[in-house]
Amino acid sequence: MNRFLLFLNVTIAILTGGLVLLGYFVDNPTINNFQMILLEWMMILAGSALLIGIGNMFSVHLQKIREHKPGSVNSAVLLFFMLLTLLFGFTPDFSAVQGLILNGILIPVSTSLLALLAVTLIYFSMRLLQTRRNAFSVVFLLTILIILLALSPLPVIGGFSFFSDSVRYFISNSLVLGGARGILIGIGLGTLTTGLRVLLGADRPYGGD
Amino acid sequence: MTGLVGLAIVIISAVLLAVIVLTLGRIHPSFRKIAVFSQAMRFVRYVAEDGTRIHFSVGNGDTLTQTGSSGLVGLAVIRRLGDFASLSDRPPIATSGNGVLNLLTTDVLQSANDFNPEPEPFRKNSVRVTGLSPMAYTAGVLPTIRDEKISSNIMIGNFGPEIGLIVEAAARQNAGMIAASDNLTAQSVLFASMKNTPPIGEELYAAGAYTESNSFHTASLLLQDIFRWLIILALLVGAALKLAGLL
Repeated sequence: MNRFLLFLNVTIAILTGGLVLLGYFVDNPTINNFQMILLEWMMILAGSALLIGIGNMFSVHLQKIREHKPGSVNSAVLLFFMLLTLLFGFTPDFSAVQGLILNGILIPVSTSLLALLAVTLIYFSMRLLQTRRNAFSVVFLLTILIILLALSPLPVIGGFSFFSDSVRYFISNSLVLGGARGILIGIGLGTLTTGLRVLLGADRPYGGD
Repeated sequence: MTGLVGLAIVIISAVLLAVIVLTLGRIHPSFRKIAVFSQAMRFVRYVAEDGTRIHFSVGNGDTLTQTGSSGLVGLAVIRRLGDFASLSDRPPIATSGNGVLNLLTTDVLQSANDFNPEPEPFRKNSVRVTGLSPMAYTAGVLPTIRDEKISSNIMIGNFGPEIGLIVEAAARQNAGMIAASDNLTAQSVLFASMKNTPPIGEELYAAGAYTESNSFHTASLLLQDIFRWLIILALLVGAALKLAGLL
């Protein structure tokens, strides 16, 4: 990338970023209106990037089919349904089919993956003390066990009121909430410095060195 | 009034960051060891020497919201490690679950590839959108890890709890895995699933400094520490004032 183009990119990024940020802090009609215009442009560009992303997905899977790479049959199925969904999406007469694709395919498949995740997590929890035997792992597993005991009544015995009324409340509202707030403050600070690096032109995720 | 306070914080932070960068030549900060980040450097060296493939991921955070910031950290890491990883016989693959992140990753990986003295032609399809929702993204990454013979994965960005499935898929292929997310649920899933302790909390944002990206990353860490101490002080003073009945 030539130096002029890089300079132009950095200048545009810093100016637009700075103006959008200023719009959040200052109550000035001119700045706020300009911020709105920039945000609208950003939405349009993000929408275009989404289309490019879909094009990229199409191109990757088409290449897999052409080169007979492993999993090319899956790619063919994906492209077939991608085109079919696109066709149904653009044709108003097929609005009922759109609902069928969403409720009959997309949501059940996502739910199945979540169910798979639950099983995987149980497996990981069982293996945790083998892979990483330290105090944190023990505390982690004990907390899981207590919360599960508090949330799920056991057959015949029923619920453990001590866990569900006192211990769970203490863990959720004191320990977890406090810890989560601390972590979120840290993440907020990290986000601030990441944004500053981009605003100062030190990080240039838009390319160029 | 709140807006002006916010603006003042941002300006002071920017000035402090610049000052710290300028003084970094004189002070030599030492940071505690975070094992996963030193492992990242090892992974890249390994793929370059062994001729295997590395998989980078910047997650599926929306760049228009706060979740996008962790993706930017992932991009900085790709920029730092991507040029070395491009030396491998099998060029790196990068995946994301967001259109904007996909474009940015393409730019960054291409820059990293061109940085090599004798760069191979950059293949646009080595940067991929595997799905546009968290679950679709995960479903797309699983076969990528299997079919592309990935030996190491570096995933830094916004991921949900579904990252557990990706960790499991990598373990099945005996592939190395470094994963960090800004999502609390994902962090707990990673804690349970990864062999090494994953970055917890804001440790993700230290990735740039630990992979020696540039002095701004080191300065960012120092700035975060300064603010952290100020917040701790404010909390303690607030608690004391409350206890004394003055607040």
